[in-house]
This record gives sequence, structure tokens and C-alpha cells, in this order.
Amino acid sequence: MTTESHGFIAPQFDADQGRKLAIICSKGTLDMAYPGLIMGNGAAQEGIETHLFFTFWGLDIIRRKTVDKLTMTPVGNTAMRIGSTSLAMPQLLGALPGMSSVASWMMRGKIAGLAVPPVHEFLTQITDAGGHLWACRMSVDMMKLTKADFIEEVEDIINVSDFLELSRDAQIIFV
Amino acid sequence: MPTATIAGRDVHLNDEGFMTDPNEWNEEIAAFLARQIGIDPLTEAHWKVIRFLRGDFAEQGETATLRRVSTLAGVPTKELYGLFPGKPARKMAYVSGLPKPKGCV
Repeated sequence: MTTESHGFIAPQFDADQGRKLAIICSKGTLDMAYPGLIMGNGAAQEGIETHLFFTFWGLDIIRRKTVDKLTMTPVGNTAMRIGSTSLAMPQLLGALPGMSSVASWMMRGKIAGLAVPPVHEFLTQITDAGGHLWACRMSVDMMKLTKADFIEEVEDIINVSDFLELSRDAQIIFV
Repeated sequence: MPTATIAGRDVHLNDEGFMTDPNEWNEEIAAFLARQIGIDPLTEAHWKVIRFLRGDFAEQGETATLRRVSTLAGVPTKELYGLFPGKPARKMAYVSGLPKPKGCV
């Protein structure tokens, strides 16, 4: 079937072909897990070859025992405001027992409210989109973990030279 | 704003080539747009996604993100990548005559 057309322009969907992105996730708090996940997911959705490398505290994001239990604390975070006001959250208030749970619970609610998936589901979505998850060899050894400690979406435990090899010609983001 | 004639109909496009008026869209135009980006033919699986996007846009006033399509239309993410390879969210919006999704996820 032929369809006539005049003055037609097609979008450049292949502009990102060959582009690579490597994101190093070094922090395991709930608030610091999401930047890497959102960028990684976005990149995978754009057809960009995406690698997430989890190191040090970032390993909590991919550990079976912690993936669903990431938390955050208002303590020491001067960017923490009360609600949507400009009022800083008093540090002593943040240090009260249970405040980290409250803050984490509130943040989970806000994330869900934006239809953004919880951490594990997000990681699955990234790998479904063709993204790759890697654990850092040195951190894994230091914390005496094995591959069995990680969610199954994690491809392998790799060292820094492996990482540098797979991120050759990639843009690298450190979170 | 560029105007093009596709399948005998005048359609408005933005500078990138996305249609700007969803009401100008029809199934013949969808098939044409799909061919331009290497998707030929549109199968029933494609149409299921396109119909969901069109219906959802009519209700919500914005284009569904990939996650919204996979959770609400029940099409797994992996399958969406198979149907609209490379940049599924943009490609399915394009073929459906809708703007690119605004959401990040």
C-alpha cells in the first residue's frame, strides 16, 4: 500500500544510537537511590546503552535484604524543610526516635504519588528495558557478600577495570 | 509550524515531526507514520497499545508514560520494547499522533 504525503518530516529517533551511559550509585539511602534509578530508567527508555554500577553503600539498593527497606533521615540534612514551606526542619526534631521512619514513609508516599515505582520494581523495569546492573567487587568483598545476596537482576560482580572497560566511550555519572 | 499532507489529509506537525493536533489523526495516518520509523505492518499488538494511548490521552489530556502503558494496558515493558524498538515511549506517542510524554518514568 502506498500513501501519498507532502511536506512530511520524520523525527530523528536514531540520534542516540551508539550512546552509552554509566551511572555509579554509591549511596544507599532512599533519597539518593532514586536519582540514579530515574536517570538510568530514562536513558534505557531512550535506547541508550545503560549500566548501573553499585558500590559501597549503594549496594543496599540491590541487596535482597535491603532493597525494599531503604530509608532516609532528616538528621544532618539542611535541605529538609517542613512540608512545602521554607522553614528548616529543626535538627533535634529530626533526631527524635521514629523520625527517620516517618521521613522515609512520607517520601515513599510522594514517590508513589508520582506513579514512580518502588526500588525493586524500578530495577526490574530498568533491566526489562535492556539496562545492566553491576555490583562492585571490592565493596562486596569488604561487606562479605556473595552474588546470592543480590536481587536476580544483578548481572555480575565486577571490579573497577571491568567497569572501566564496559563504560568505555560512555558518559559517566556519579551519584 | 509545518503542515504536511498524509493520506490525503492535512496534518500539522511540530519541528520534530510529531503531530500537534490529535484530532487530525486516523488509522491510515498511523500506518504511514509507523512505516516512516521502520514499523511495518502494525499488528494487533501495536493497535492495542495505540488504542490505549489514544483513549488515555482523551481522558487525561496527556500522553501516557511507558510505565503507565505497561501497568494500565497490561503490556509488559519488554513487549513494548519489542513492538516499538529503541525509544518505545516516543515512538508509540508518535504513531498515535500524540505529543511526547511529559513524565520521566
